Order: sequence, then structure tokens, then C-alpha cells
Amino acid sequence: MTDLKKIKDEFLSKLREKLDISELNQIKSDLFGKNGLISTQFKKIGTIAVSERKKFASDLNIIKDELQNLISSKINEVESAEINKKLEKEKIDITLPERSFVRGKIHPVSQTIDEISSIFSEIGFSVEEGPDVENEYNNFTALNTPENHPARDMHDTFYLDEKKQKLLRTHTSPVQIRTMLKDQPPFKIIAPGRTYRSDSDQTHSPMFHQVEGLHIDKNINMGHLKGCLNYFIKEFFEVDKIKMRFRPSHFPFTEPSAEVDIGYEMKDGKIIIGEGNQWLEILGCGMVHPNVLKNVKVDPAKFQGYAFGIGIDRLAMLKYGINDLRAFFDCDYRWLNHFGFDPLDVPTNYRGLSR
Amino acid sequence: MKITFDWLKDHLKTNLKEKNLLDQLTNIGLEVESVESPSDDNGLFKIAEITKTEKHPNADRLKVCDVNIGGNEIKKVVCGAENAKEGLLTIYAPPGAIIPKTKIKLVIAKIRGVTSYGMLCSESELNLSDASDGITELPKEHKKNIGKSYFTKLKSNLIDLSITPNRPDCLGIKGIARDLAASGFGKLVDLKEKKIRSKIKNPLKVKINKEKGQGCTAFGSCLITNVKNTESPQWLKDKLISVGQKPISAIVDITNYVMLDINRPLHAYDADKIEKSIIVRNSRSGEEFTALDNKIYRLENDMCVISDKKGILGLGGIIGGTRSGTEFDTKNIFLESAFFEPKSIRNTAKKLSIDTDAKFRFERGIDPLSIENGLNKAASLIKEICGGEISKVDIQKIKTYKNKTLTFDLNLFEKITGFKISTKEILKILEDLGIKFKKKKKYLKLTIPSWRPDILQEVDIVEELVRISGYDKIKTIHPVKERTRPTLTLSQKLFHFLQRSIASKGYLEAITWSFTDANYNNFFKGTKKEIKIVNPISSELGVLRNSIFSNLIMYMNKNLDRGFKDLSIFEIGPIFNGFNPGEQNIVVCGLSAGKKFRLNWIEKERNVDVFDVKRDVVQTLVEAGYSSDKFFIDNETPNYYHPGKSGRLFLNKGKDQVAAYFGEIHPNILKKIDMKTESLVGFEIFLDNLNLPKKTLNDQKPQFTVSDYQKSERDFAFIMNKDLNAQDLINAISSVDKSLIKNIKVFDVYEGGNIPENQKSVAISVTIQSSEKTLNDNDLEKINKLIIETVENKTGAKIRS
Repeated sequence: MTDLKKIKDEFLSKLREKLDISELNQIKSDLFGKNGLISTQFKKIGTIAVSERKKFASDLNIIKDELQNLISSKINEVESAEINKKLEKEKIDITLPERSFVRGKIHPVSQTIDEISSIFSEIGFSVEEGPDVENEYNNFTALNTPENHPARDMHDTFYLDEKKQKLLRTHTSPVQIRTMLKDQPPFKIIAPGRTYRSDSDQTHSPMFHQVEGLHIDKNINMGHLKGCLNYFIKEFFEVDKIKMRFRPSHFPFTEPSAEVDIGYEMKDGKIIIGEGNQWLEILGCGMVHPNVLKNVKVDPAKFQGYAFGIGIDRLAMLKYGINDLRAFFDCDYRWLNHFGFDPLDVPTNYRGLSR
Repeated sequence: MKITFDWLKDHLKTNLKEKNLLDQLTNIGLEVESVESPSDDNGLFKIAEITKTEKHPNADRLKVCDVNIGGNEIKKVVCGAENAKEGLLTIYAPPGAIIPKTKIKLVIAKIRGVTSYGMLCSESELNLSDASDGITELPKEHKKNIGKSYFTKLKSNLIDLSITPNRPDCLGIKGIARDLAASGFGKLVDLKEKKIRSKIKNPLKVKINKEKGQGCTAFGSCLITNVKNTESPQWLKDKLISVGQKPISAIVDITNYVMLDINRPLHAYDADKIEKSIIVRNSRSGEEFTALDNKIYRLENDMCVISDKKGILGLGGIIGGTRSGTEFDTKNIFLESAFFEPKSIRNTAKKLSIDTDAKFRFERGIDPLSIENGLNKAASLIKEICGGEISKVDIQKIKTYKNKTLTFDLNLFEKITGFKISTKEILKILEDLGIKFKKKKKYLKLTIPSWRPDILQEVDIVEELVRISGYDKIKTIHPVKERTRPTLTLSQKLFHFLQRSIASKGYLEAITWSFTDANYNNFFKGTKKEIKIVNPISSELGVLRNSIFSNLIMYMNKNLDRGFKDLSIFEIGPIFNGFNPGEQNIVVCGLSAGKKFRLNWIEKERNVDVFDVKRDVVQTLVEAGYSSDKFFIDNETPNYYHPGKSGRLFLNKGKDQVAAYFGEIHPNILKKIDMKTESLVGFEIFLDNLNLPKKTLNDQKPQFTVSDYQKSERDFAFIMNKDLNAQDLINAISSVDKSLIKNIKVFDVYEGGNIPENQKSVAISVTIQSSEKTLNDNDLEKINKLIIETVENKTGAKIRS
């Protein structure tokens, strides 16, 4: 007993002093090394009288645990103090710039096309495409705009041959023709794409974007057309209420035809959609003309429906407050960066169109 | 079409206000484009005479004019018009006046050192016409009016309507009134036609030649003798000015008035200048005449001309000639009221590039039954204002007009519009529009009025009915949220994926025009043929692009000029391979310029290089679902790439179609377009050449298996010829044992030093792992040996000892 108590007292007092890591390791080895004091005591257990052996062993274990715990906590203390001291010297200026990164952007027209597709997807439209170079027939004649029709004047057409048979499509409507020729009704498609007119000033660009819509089935009437466009405009501008005006117009390929205006007002030089007393024309539409249906071998007595054409660039300008159409195609780095969208910003139904 | 409410009231009895009118016009499809209130200071524009002109001391093209503005007052005005000359009567605007066209307020200004007190105005500046060459020339009869204001004070707002091309009837005030009355906006005033009762014979015979493609089917005329052409009375002048027309002389003004009022174009000839008789015939190629716009037109075959014994008097329905034009001293007038076929008018006007008011109306379709009424109305007015005797009216015809008839199914209205209106309402609208009907059970037999060439079939009647009853009555049927087909096809999905994948690598998306400058296109055209646009907007946009690079590099250069140095831009869109529809492909094309880490405190600055774009291409394709293990890359690229630092990529070793090119842009191109950048690299991914997976991405993935046995990494260094590709080395190693060799990585390429000339050392780390057991030293040693042997045998490289 006295031996054990002596060891305990001696080392407890030693450990109370300020020690560095090597001194602590020395103590550890003095006690628990091969011939350490505690280790030696353990070897003695066998030699002790049976009657006292149990108590001796128990006392020894208690002292061993106490000293061991104390030593390891001391070692921890010293080690962490040493790390802290080291880290103290490693302090950096965290306000220095991060490693550089670059950000790409999606063009507002592409973003708008994705938004439009997402909205129409929800009500069952699929996306169709057609070529930019069209023949005269698909662009005009099949759309009930024969040669010498004054409506052709409204389309300042780019031609690729002197006979005026090949041209750059002046609208996305020829996709209607292509779609209906290759399939059987019903049809429910939208067709976004590039369109061309030889017109260039502040508000016209020789290339612009349109989205065509076509819905042909057995009983599709003007009420469906109104409902579809009303839904689209509300969803697109992400507003609850929209002031929309349907007014009669004329397109050779629809009868009756309409143009759609939306109400807006100017506040601090910005357009506010859905309020005010000003009207802004945003699209043309109508019931597909029976002559067009006949041209694509669809029986107008059995099938009818509507078509519409919307200027995509115009929509993007309105929604995103862009003033100059020509800037869309000017490729100014600053403009692309300012109006562009993050590539992860994919318009979807469940997440909403825009952030 | 410009109208005023006041003029409308000649034909329409209504108590409603102009505000209601504007709404109603738009509601029935006669869209109001603009409303202009008459300017208060119209009175400021005075009739004036130039009394003297001198050359401007400091400018060759300018003149300093003394202008008599009445009351013995002479003003000095600097003028650039060529036609400014002594004795010219014109219109003077004093300082303070606001020019109607430009809305600019005039001030006293020094022009090249000479003070100008006001301005002499062109017709276009006063919104009188489109003529902008030179200042307005007034006839000498105006001499007595010097100092008086040119415009009388106007009361009515000028309403500009956009009339759709199907509605020629609304190019006359009466037609607009008829539509308004049908829609319930007042009552149409029934103006009785005054017939000319005359016994005087018309000595001028008219003959319409029956030729193939004859553009004139009816020609009405009368002769008015002993007239005194004069200035129009104030009411007529006011009327014309109120809709922005310039009064000229009573005769001309009257024909214009009748045209605007009932859309009946007329033409007045000086009868004394016509040789004997009128022949309406087809022109012969090479015939010439001078038109009223003072241009000489050389005609082709088969254009409809009005001629006499001496030759051509005018192009029927388009423009008259100077030879037979009326003047103030004209005594005898031959008045024409004819019908010309829209098609013929359009063809001729297009070929000769003439645009006139008459042409605009005839090509849309003039009421064929308005010939006589037009003559009656105009001749009586001429007699009233200019005196004279009117001859009998003569109408020559080669075709008799018959009104169109239609059978209309009453049920069709609801079928198309989705709402109902009563039969009573339908009949009322038809009647108001002048459509005659006979009711037969569920059908109507309709007779279409001659002024409505646009109504051809039943659906046109539906449009009339819904237009007049109001588009606001159409119900809103909400769409059903249901999808039966996928929205996008596989290739459309791939389009969107590639677009956003490239953007996510730091490229800004651009959209540039599908056409481009032929000079730029030539750099990137490769073996493709040039596709010229016949009528480009400018020569710099003269061809369809064979590659997106041409536009992209041009805009990249513009951005560099703006002072940006390190830029990446891309475009996804069509390139064109031929003149036919469909001969186009979707390409994703990107350009990257300048440096990475320019002026970076932590990273080493370097130029962008080919391996940057190679990463962008490979990563994008891998992200899109293509396996990079199968890619095959070589260095055969088009000539616009750096021949040594560029590559082409195939999705697999079968080398079917090029998936992408990437590399440095050829330095010669940069030199030719004067582009200043440290480095320019680019890529093209050909979307149409990427085979679309037959299975979904999910189904393509193999089963998930991993090996938990220990893996070993062995490093090798081979010495080989400089022109041997790393790819060959990798291929050789991977061929040794595909089941054991899991990864091969090049980690060092070294030339020079103790490496012999024309050789290089390539260091490769190979990861070896079995899925069946832990490999022991013996196994590994075997593979080691096999790798070295295979590489040496297959490629000629030597292991570096």
C-alpha cells in the first residue's frame, strides 16, 4: 500500500508542474514503460498473499487509471496549445480575392423560347421545327397568299434566286404547312424559330424570332383560341390579371383573324404589363382558313382550329425591360452579360419560369 | 387611310363622340394607328415668294433667299433646296413655328455664318406628301395670296387608320361609315346619286382592245367642255388639307375628293391633247412615256396602257402622263372612270416600281359598279365649280360584272366562334353591310355587294358577323392541362442540353444573323458553296453563313475593340449548305480569346489554348451522355484552324461523322481581320452528327459493379518520335488487358535535355485492379512486362531506362 501511495503522490505532484510534451512522455514511460513503476507493480501481483492480492490489484488498477487519464489529458492540453500556437502564425488576409471564375449566360431570346415551350407544354403542345430557307409555296401560296396578293407587300422578303422560288421564311407559319402535310389531325404544336424580313430600322431587324401555334381538332373554336392566349399571356408575364383585347384584323391564312393587344402603363420609364389604359399589340391569330386546310389535305368540314404567331423578341423586351431590338443581335459583351440568364436557370413548370 | 370625324359625318348620322368613334373603329377591325390634333400654329405657315437668290458665301449647296412674306416684308432665309429660285411661290415657316413632320421648333439660326430667319418647307415637312426633294412649289395663281396663311384653321383631329388589304371599300370614307353604321354607331346617310342627263355627244371614242391579259375590263368616260380650271373653293381645300392632301387645282382636287370619299379613282385628261380617240391596250416592249411624276418609264410587253393615236397617255389605274395632264388653262376635260384588274395593276407597278394612290386602290379591288357614280359625282362638281357642259356618259365593257352569290349555313357561326347570335341579328348585320339575302330554312342565299371583293366563302360571312357583333362576345374557354405527347424530341432535348452545357463553362450565348459578310464567310466556308441573297439588306449581309465563325469572330473583334480582353462567346444555330429548304445544320460554335488568370495574384497567367477548348468540347459531350472512352481524335481539320494546333473528334473509332472540331483559329485570319489578342481558340460541335441514343440515358448505363480488391498504380516513361500521338500509346496500353487496366493517365510530356532531338518522353500512370482477387507482385510484374512489350511493338516507343 505504502509503495503504491508513494508512487501516486509523487507523480501527482510531478504532473501538477508545467510540463512539455517530452517531459510528459518521459513520465508516461517511467510509469508504464516495460520496467515502469506501475508495470513493475503489476508484475508483483503474483507474489502477493492470496488474501491481500485482490485488494492490491484493485488499488493498483485505480491508481493506474487515475495516472493514465491525467497524463493523456495533459498531453492533449499541451498538443492543442502547440497547434493553436502554430495556427496563430498561419493567419492570412481572407479579404484577398477568391480564385477566379467565369460565368456563362443564356441569351434572353433562348430563355424566352424555353419559357414559352414550358408554358405550352403544360397544356399539351409539342415543339415542331422547320427550315429557315423555305420555298415560295410553303411560305405564301399554301398559306392562302397567292402571288399578286397585296398581303405579300407586308412581308419584305429575302430571296435566294431570281425566280423568287427560294426565300428566307418571313414567318414561322410554313411550319404549319409542313406539320400538317406530314401527319394526320389532330395537331397541337408550337414552332419557335428565326424569321426574316428585309427591313431594318430602330424597331425592325432583318432577322427576328417568332413562335407559331397551331391547334386543329374537331371542335376547336374562337373561344379556345381566346382561352389559350389568355392563359399563355398570364403565365408568361407571371401576373394574376391581364388586360387583353381581341380585335378583328386580317391575315390571308386565317379567317376570322384577330390581333391581340395587352394593356400596359408606363411607370418611371418602365412598362408595367396588365395595368393602365395603353394598348400594345403583341400577336396575330385566327381560325385557320379553310383554303389552308384544303392545301394540306385536311377536310375543313371535319376539322377546324386556330393558329397564332407571336414575336418572341418583342415578348422578351416587354418582360425583361429591354428597349432596343437591335441590341439582341449586336453581341455586345456588356449587354449579353447584363440581360443574359444563368445556365442553371432553366424555366420549368414546377419551379416557376423565372426567379 | 386618313380621315376626320367631320368628313365621316357627311355619310354618318350620329350623336356619339370622337372618343367612342376611336374605340368603335378599332373594335370592328379598322385599327386606329394614330390621332393627331391640328396644330394651333398652322396659321404661321405662309404663302411666300422668293424674290432673289444668292449663293451662300460659305457653302456650295446652300442659297441665301430673299423671301417676300407679304405686307412688303422681306425675310432672309438660307435654303438648301435645288428648286429654290427667283419667282417661286412656296410655303414659309417663321421662327417659332413647329414643323409638322419633325416636330422641331424653328429658331433664328446662323447657318454657316449667315443668319436665317425661318425656313422654306418641302411638302414632306408639312406632311402634305412624301415629296422631300426640294421645297413646295405652288401654282402661280397663288401670287395674290402671298402673306396669307397656307392652312386654314382646322377643327378636326386627323385619324389615321390601318386598313387591312382585304378591305378596299374602307379606303373611302363612305365604306368606313357603312361599317360603323352596321355596328350601331349611327345611321348611314343615303346620298342619292345625281345622274347626268345630257344630250351632248361625247366625240372621243373609247375602245378596249380584246387582248390576252387585258387589264382593263370597263372604261367609263365623259367630256366636259368650256371649263375654267381654278383654285378650289375653300370648303374643298379645307377638306383635302384636313386629311393631309395638298390642294392643286379644282379639277385635280375634285378627282381626289371623289377618290377619298367613295374610293373611286378617276383620271382627268386635257381633252385637247388627246389625238382623236382612246385605245386601251397592252403595251409593247420598249414603249416609253413620261409620267406625272416626271419620270420616263420604259414599258415591257402586256402592261395595260391608255393611249391615243400618238402613243401612250398613261398607265391605266396607276399613273397618268404629262402629255395629257390638266393645267390651269385647260378648257376641255376628258374624265376617266374605269375598272382595272388588281393582278394586272400589281404586276405592272411591281415591274416598274411605281407606287401611287390609284395603284394602291386598284390592286386591292375597286367597286366595279362605281364607274358611273364616280363620273356623275365628279362631273357635277366640276360643272359647279369650273362651269362648262357635260357630255353623255359612255361606258365601254369587255366583261359584265355579276355579283357573287353564296349559300350560308346559319349554324356555321356558332361552330366557328363558339357563341350564338340570333338569326334576326345576323340578318340585320348582313343588311347593314349591303349583303342581300333570301332565307331558306337553315340556309341563307346571299348576294355579295360589288364593293366587297374579299367575301368569297361562308367563313368570310362568319368573320363579318363576329366582327360587327363584337370580338368581346367571344367566350374564354380555359385550356385543359393535359399532355398526350412529349413536348420535345430527342434532338430538341440535345439542343437545349448542349446550349446550357456550353454556357455553364463560361461562354456567353450570342445570337447573330443567319446572313453574313461574304468576305468573312470566305474565311470559314471550307468546301461549302456560297449562298447569295438576291436582295440583301446591305452587301455586308449578302450571303447565308456557311459557318457561325464568320459572325462570331466579327463580333468578338468588336468586343475586343471595346477594351475587353478575355472573352468567351458561343452561338447555337443554323449554318447553311445549300439553296434548298432543309440544307442546313445545327452547330454549336464557340470562341475564346485572350488569357486565363490575367493579372491574378494567386494563379499563373497563361494564354487560352487548344486544350481549354478541347476540355470544353469533351466535357460537354460527356455531360450530354457520350462516352469519352470511345472518342477518336485526330488532327485533320478545316483550313481555318491552325494546322498544328487543332483536332477533330469522332464519337467512336468508326469515324462516321465528325462530331466536333476544335483548335486555334488560323493566325492568318486574325491578321487579315486585324484582330489583336494573345490567343484565339474555337470549336464547332455538329448537333446533327451526334447520333441520338435509341435508349434513354438511364437504360444505357451498365450494371453497377465495383471491385474492392487492392489497386496498384504503375508509372512508365516512354521515349518516342515527336509525331507519335499520346493517343496511340494509350490505345496500345489499354489493349493489353481491358479487365485489369482501369485507368491510363498521361502525367508528363518532356522534350529537350537529355532526350534526343525529334523525340519526346511521355510519362504515363496506369491503374491496375482485378475484380476477382488482390494481385500479387508476380501478377503485377507480368502486366508490367506486357505493357512495355506491347507499347514497344505496336508504337515503336522505347521504355525510358
